[in-house]
Amino acid sequence: MTSACPACDVGPAASAVAAGPALQFSLPTIHCAACIGKIERGLSDVIGVQAVRVNLSLKRLSVTGPADPDRILSAIADLGYEAYPLDMGALNKARDDQGRGLLTRMAVAGFAMMNVMLLSIAVWSGAEDSTRDMFHMISAAISLPVVAYAGQPFFFNAWAALRVGKLNMDVPISLAILLAAGMSLYETFNSGEHAYFDAALSLTFFLLIGRYMDHRTRSAARSAAKELTALEVHTAERMRDGKVQTIRAADLIVGDAVLVPAGARVPVDGTLESETALLDRSILTGETAAVTAETGMALQAGEINLSAPFRMRATAVGEDTSLRRMAAMVETAENARNSYTALADRAAAIYAPAVHLLALAAFLVWLAISGDVRYSLNIAIAVLIITCPCALGLAVPAVSTAAISRLFSHGFLVKHATALERLAEVDQIVFDKTGTLTQPSVILPDTLGADDRTVIKALAQASHHPMSKAIVATLRDTAAAELHGITEVSGDGITAQLGEQTVRLGRGAWLDADFAGLGFRRGEAVAVRLDASETLRPGVKDALAGMNLPSEIMTGDADEPAQRLGDELGLPVTAQARPADKQRRLAQLAAQGHHVLMIGDGLNDTAALAAAHASIAPATALEASRSAADVVVLKESFAELPLVLVVARATRLLSKQNFAIAAVYNMIAVPIALAGYATPLAAALAMSASSITVLLNAQRMRWMS
Amino acid sequence: MNVLVILIPVSLILGALGLVGFLWTVRSDQYDDDKGNAARILLDDD
Repeated sequence: MTSACPACDVGPAASAVAAGPALQFSLPTIHCAACIGKIERGLSDVIGVQAVRVNLSLKRLSVTGPADPDRILSAIADLGYEAYPLDMGALNKARDDQGRGLLTRMAVAGFAMMNVMLLSIAVWSGAEDSTRDMFHMISAAISLPVVAYAGQPFFFNAWAALRVGKLNMDVPISLAILLAAGMSLYETFNSGEHAYFDAALSLTFFLLIGRYMDHRTRSAARSAAKELTALEVHTAERMRDGKVQTIRAADLIVGDAVLVPAGARVPVDGTLESETALLDRSILTGETAAVTAETGMALQAGEINLSAPFRMRATAVGEDTSLRRMAAMVETAENARNSYTALADRAAAIYAPAVHLLALAAFLVWLAISGDVRYSLNIAIAVLIITCPCALGLAVPAVSTAAISRLFSHGFLVKHATALERLAEVDQIVFDKTGTLTQPSVILPDTLGADDRTVIKALAQASHHPMSKAIVATLRDTAAAELHGITEVSGDGITAQLGEQTVRLGRGAWLDADFAGLGFRRGEAVAVRLDASETLRPGVKDALAGMNLPSEIMTGDADEPAQRLGDELGLPVTAQARPADKQRRLAQLAAQGHHVLMIGDGLNDTAALAAAHASIAPATALEASRSAADVVVLKESFAELPLVLVVARATRLLSKQNFAIAAVYNMIAVPIALAGYATPLAAALAMSASSITVLLNAQRMRWMS
Repeated sequence: MNVLVILIPVSLILGALGLVGFLWTVRSDQYDDDKGNAARILLDDD
């Protein structure tokens, strides 16, 4: 750990006393040891920072000490990484108890399996009579408690499925584990020749590996999704008796006077009480141009205030806001998606009854031939064990773990369990325009000197205002100038000292200029006007070329800017599309048999994102859109978007291959078991070999392209 | 065959030691950042 205060490393007690509340940041672009070193070293010099720790697996940074979050953000930006602050309240700090439980069970099962395997080798190599019985007894003493403890996740899942009259993968698994352990116990007490304790344990062990992998990727996706939620602020400034209070947006009631700070989102529907306001409606409607509102005009929750702070009066709160009504549309659309059956479930639906019937048939046939219940039962159980549910249980989790972690390392967050399978079927793409294909930007006049640009960037970096962020994005390749005494004048702009000169970036009126919009003024020189515009998101052209699927754009924006973008990208465009239009178009495409991928960010896309066969949203999208999307793009650039489809198709291919491998093993092993030649040794070999082949095959995901 | 009386307990105890060690690593959060730990070995400043 890199620590700025040597005492902090002395012991946990010392650091607990010294540390202030930890600040958490999301760092989507870190990927290697150099990044860790650079950030930890770079930040330890920031004033107030006591300890810095980068978590590369979660791509998260935690900083302890009384440091200024904005200073840390700008320090990270200077180091060349994207960073987003996280709201600690929304992050669930509870430990990952389930993952830990699975890991412990896996370790216990692995320990027991190896010991029993060791004892079994003695039996396989010819131990007889009382020696063999003793080895079986010791194996039983180890296995039974371990099976009872480590097998619990399967037993509970199987019971949950059986109770509602369904069969899932855990039913044959639980049955195989329990019958193998029970039959072996019976054989042990009757001095039988074959005991399957090692099989029961290795089954548990291999399957717990699959379960843990599954859990691990899911919890990584979950915690990252939680991070995105933590990015959004759910508070509002309520004015009562002349005082401003910060309260939760959910606690606002109709008639409350609300203060909306510059750059903040309107928290509830209402009417404007201040004289004028400049609003960014793009997230709701897709319009790029800012909208001017005057006293008494209606405001909708979700709009962003681009002007000075204004007052509004709430007219609809909570469930009644237009934002919530949009969310209700999403819920209806999502039901369709939840009915999609995952490949693993389809396989289990065929596999589970087939195996049970096969084992039953084996029992009945052998009973008819030999008339020996014990012998027939032995063969039936050998069939159950040897059909290798472990390879089947690993087939999909092993592949999707590899796929999801590959995507995560490229900045894609897979949120939905069946997302990759649905993405693999995509054959048509519908894009949103504003905020998805384009990003807000600012037009800097060509007359502006390189020197001024560095100053503007330095000023813009100090603010969270959407326009400032747009400036920083526009000036991506420009270095920031060294400024002193940077202060944000709320609602007006940012001012700082450059040597002897005062430099200011902000509203025209504040700069004493003759225009209302954003401007820049250096000392006493004439203010320069900076116009809001939009630019193509980086990597969009590469993405379109790489995906090579029929695509179209549907936007709520006006005809002219929409057509301009369509011409630039060579895609058909539908302008002025309302949310219902987008949904109708998706339904129309689906009716023609297409599997449509929707890529969008706005609230107006949310219903479409949920209704499409698969959907992708950028990280800048509203929470509602992100939660409706299957995949969230954490990076700014879309250049690697084709990778999502490549990995999704590779996932489908490798999962099917894995099922095929498991099937081949079964085709060889089942006849042997049916004929009554299956020994515990054969079962152990078949099980281990098929599980390892499946796991290794899944690792090919890393190189598939 | 009498040696089994010693060998079997010994093998069980050695295995149990490994298990206890593993459980300790789980409890002390050593699996929370596997990629980071793998990368940190390349850093020479801490």
